[in-house]
Amino acid sequence: MHEMSLAEGVLQLIEDAARQQAFAKVRTVWLEIGQLSGVEPEAMAFCFDAVTRGSIAQGARLEIIRLPGTGWCMACARTVPMAEVFGECPACGGHQMQVTGGTEMRVKELEVT
Amino acid sequence: MCTTCGCGTDEVKLEGGSAGHRHVHGDEHVHADGTRHSHEHGHDPAHEHSHEAGEGHGHSHAPGISATRRVQIEQDILSKNNAYAHENRQLLAGQGIFALNLVSGPGSGKTTLLCKTITMLGGLPVAVIEGDQQTSQDAERIRATGAPAVQINTGKGCHLDAHMVGHAMSRLALKDDSLLMIENVGNLVCPAAFDLGEAHKVVILSVTEGEDKPIKYPDMFRAASVMLLNKIDLLPHLDFDVEAALAYARRVNPQIRVIQLSAIRGQGMDEWLQFLRDGLASAVAAKQETVDSLRQRIAQLEAQLASAPAQG
Repeated sequence: MHEMSLAEGVLQLIEDAARQQAFAKVRTVWLEIGQLSGVEPEAMAFCFDAVTRGSIAQGARLEIIRLPGTGWCMACARTVPMAEVFGECPACGGHQMQVTGGTEMRVKELEVT
Repeated sequence: MCTTCGCGTDEVKLEGGSAGHRHVHGDEHVHADGTRHSHEHGHDPAHEHSHEAGEGHGHSHAPGISATRRVQIEQDILSKNNAYAHENRQLLAGQGIFALNLVSGPGSGKTTLLCKTITMLGGLPVAVIEGDQQTSQDAERIRATGAPAVQINTGKGCHLDAHMVGHAMSRLALKDDSLLMIENVGNLVCPAAFDLGEAHKVVILSVTEGEDKPIKYPDMFRAASVMLLNKIDLLPHLDFDVEAALAYARRVNPQIRVIQLSAIRGQGMDEWLQFLRDGLASAVAAKQETVDSLRQRIAQLEAQLASAPAQG
């Protein structure tokens, strides 16, 4: 949805880590992006390339790890897979669902030199 | 953009001066001259859990030859924004301020609703932060009601973030035991992800829009705890299906509280004003509880001090 702001957030975390851990170049960035986070991986990759230009992460490979969406169905009283935020329960078809996983947007790990 | 704190000095403009600014979070700095500087924010969790991996393989190499290594980050992408939001929330809690983040698409009637709300609340102190890409027209409309307002122009930005709001809060010199209304940029997408430190996000849907907006923009309706269905005075002239709109909203967010109102004609405004008064009362009570418990603790410590044998 707002991948440009998020990509800037990723770069800030990378630059903070670079100051702390004294590295000069980033080769690979692993992001964890949940299926229900509203983030489009392709848009993220595009924005990441744009915002990292001229930074220590210029040209870095972006690896996006997709995490599945899950929700708690109040009717079934159990955790079920969820494809959309407003998805229906695959077991009972109901909509009384609370999202429990898949909203992650995290910088997991860096490969640096 | 300031590479340290991330504030975009080129694009983001705070009404009444944009050349330099004062940081309210911990260390102050002024950067009107464009020099780079660094400062640490008190709540920045970025460095807490970092550690190096991939070391200790038992190999050695000559200095100067670079080798790749892995660095664990494990940080939420929005963690910087969330740290600023946490600071805002603490400031607000310390002053007993009930803050709401009003979000909607453009044209849902947010500013009209705010003007009416301020007028109908009578003397209750309300301050307003207005977010728009350009112009200070909305802040001027608010100030015409007598309430203090500050405009943030986000330039190309499509949402307010907690850092901008922190600056606007310090500009407003907020009163204790008051309401703070933050009118976000008209956009049903991006503001959903950015916590500003508010007690609640309030999403406004007007009946001149489609009733399926909650499922078209589910993130926003999921992030909000209250939905205001505005312009209900126009319902007789429209095909808008209220029950369908409410069903869509509850499908996305089963807990969402709905208030139907017309800011222009006044229907439903009592329920909305009561929600604001109740929220303010809770914020003031929470502050008082903190103050009371601190006073109690001080009294305990003073008693301990008094009964302790004199030293030296």
